[in-house]
Amino acid sequence: MAKVKGDVIIDIDVCKGCLLCVDVCPTKTLAPGTKVNQKGYIYVVKVNDDCTGCTNCSTICPDAAITVYREKINK
Amino acid sequence: MNDTLHLAENLVYKRPKTLINVAMHYCPGCGHSTTHKILCEVIDELNIQSEVIGVAPVGCSVIAYDYLNIDMQEAAHGRASAVATGIKRVLPEKLVFSYQGDGDLAAIGTAETLHTCNRGENILIIFINNAIYGMTGGQMAPTTLENMKSTTTPFGRNVRKMGYPIKMTDLVATLPGTYYVTRQSVHTPANVRKTKAAIKKAFEYQRLDRGTCFIEVVSNCPSNWKMTPVDSNKWLVENMLPFYSLGDLKVPSKEEN
Amino acid sequence: MGELKLMKGNEAIAEAAIRAGADAYFGYPITPQSEVLEYLANEAEKRTGMVILQAESEVAAINMVYGAGGTGKKVMTTSSSPGISLMQEGLSYIACAEIPCLLVNVVRGGPGLGTIQPGQSDYLQATKGGGHGDYKLLVLAPNSIQEMVDFVKEGFDLAFKYRNPVLILTDGVLGQMMEKVELFDQIPRSKEIPSWATVGKPPNRERNILTSLNLQPELMEKHNEHLQAKYREIEKNEIRVETINCEGADYIFTSFGLTSRICIKAAQLAKEKGIKIGIIRPITVYPFPYETYAKYADKVKGFFDVEMNAGQMLEDVKLGVLGKAPIKFHGRMGGMVPTPDEVFHVFEEKFLGGKE
Repeated sequence: MAKVKGDVIIDIDVCKGCLLCVDVCPTKTLAPGTKVNQKGYIYVVKVNDDCTGCTNCSTICPDAAITVYREKINK
Repeated sequence: MNDTLHLAENLVYKRPKTLINVAMHYCPGCGHSTTHKILCEVIDELNIQSEVIGVAPVGCSVIAYDYLNIDMQEAAHGRASAVATGIKRVLPEKLVFSYQGDGDLAAIGTAETLHTCNRGENILIIFINNAIYGMTGGQMAPTTLENMKSTTTPFGRNVRKMGYPIKMTDLVATLPGTYYVTRQSVHTPANVRKTKAAIKKAFEYQRLDRGTCFIEVVSNCPSNWKMTPVDSNKWLVENMLPFYSLGDLKVPSKEEN
Repeated sequence: MGELKLMKGNEAIAEAAIRAGADAYFGYPITPQSEVLEYLANEAEKRTGMVILQAESEVAAINMVYGAGGTGKKVMTTSSSPGISLMQEGLSYIACAEIPCLLVNVVRGGPGLGTIQPGQSDYLQATKGGGHGDYKLLVLAPNSIQEMVDFVKEGFDLAFKYRNPVLILTDGVLGQMMEKVELFDQIPRSKEIPSWATVGKPPNRERNILTSLNLQPELMEKHNEHLQAKYREIEKNEIRVETINCEGADYIFTSFGLTSRICIKAAQLAKEKGIKIGIIRPITVYPFPYETYAKYADKVKGFFDVEMNAGQMLEDVKLGVLGKAPIKFHGRMGGMVPTPDEVFHVFEEKFLGGKE
């Protein structure tokens, strides 16, 4: 059976910590971090490896801060 | 972690090329940013960077040209559609759009907007409606909802005194010059995708010289609505969408497609 | 020699625009200049493919000029005083964004709705900026229909040379009257694209942005300094002035545009009475020929300034003369045109103590 595996890379320089991505992530992979970027925003971080690469986060992200990968894995 | 996951063939989303790689000045969660992003995605996907000329308004998106890697002109407040008309008339083969907010398009620029649509100028007008003047600090916009608070309607918009929220998109849909008129939003991933599809369609119609395409994007303004971005999108669903209902208001007839 | 024609001033402007290879005209009807748009609507598109569009207002028209001019095309508009007032916002933006374009103001008497009869009462608006901010239009003041025709062509050249709006400041008489003109031959519409034009960004150049905004005051000041340097350059290179019989004159009559022709007639009346009158006529009213006045200031007994306004150019004449000679003024307002007899009699009264 084919399974999908995804990953997100967050550009911490443009992330403004609006958390819209956190709200739409079905696997709760994204969460507010603890550090601030150069603009003073608490940027979002990845907190688990359950990402399916659904692109909900990158689609809702106003700042195009998220790059998404997705791969089909045959088990 | 799978070794092959980060191969280029598995890339499903990355920042569009046309969106310049700088942090935008917009507040966190602002629909302007989202709309800029999908506009750039469309420009990339249609490969039209060299054909597009944009017109920025006065308002929060006044420096949209700092983020979009295309030729652009900055218009006076409300005049973006007249400026776009001038560009399109002398360069009819190019793809021209204006990007305007509600104060710009629906208050000071009402005459230019209506007459541009009425002439059926073959341009795309993108209209961001967040029911408030964002850049000047949250004053009442023509689209501010009844009873909605703003810095100039501190007790809520009394429509008997301050007029009614204006539905520009409904107005322009009635004009024979418009070809495709739709009201969309960017508050969920599904809505973002729909808005992007609408922008793409509008550029395709522009190539066919069919008349004005008008896309309203019902948007949020977390800072001036004084709520978090997530809450602002909830507020949008509960308050904006019942009045500014989403969907196409004018679609091409079947024979033309 | 070019084609000779008897033409109405407004129609001559339109004909000159077509022949100058203009790419587009955006305008709105207003008396006394509506014939420009009418003539172009009839003639332009079929002859050169020039774009002609009647806008919904002068506000829209000048912003269409902004947009189309920003693509590097030869673009123009015409209007009359109240309409030009409406265009001031757009002109300030155009001047700041350095978009070349040509305007014609067929001036009528003001203020307000005023009258549809001729006036020269937009001089200060035309020469000192007009809208908000520190900027200048290059302003040509023709006194004949021939000059109006020639200035359309030269106006476009100057607009592109300096990336600056150029204004032809004329009036309701010159717009409405007929005169013989020699027309220049058709100039083909240019296919050249200036490097700054917004025409779609090709892969091999940076994007072009036309804007009048800079939120950083340090940069906005720099841009202002750049504009001011350009205006100094215009002041150095582009002053045009006509002088007639100024050497050895007793008095100098001075006026711009239509009234200069009335002054020339009045000077002939003076000559019949043995009074030697010279004429100074600024052809560019910005840049203004201050030095021409300075040159004669200590050689004549006085300057007599005649205008169809309350004394608007008078301020510049004073700056040229710098108190070295008496200056008297005669102005008519509200659409009234002075006659040569009137000018001469007022001159006699003001300088010679009444009729001899």
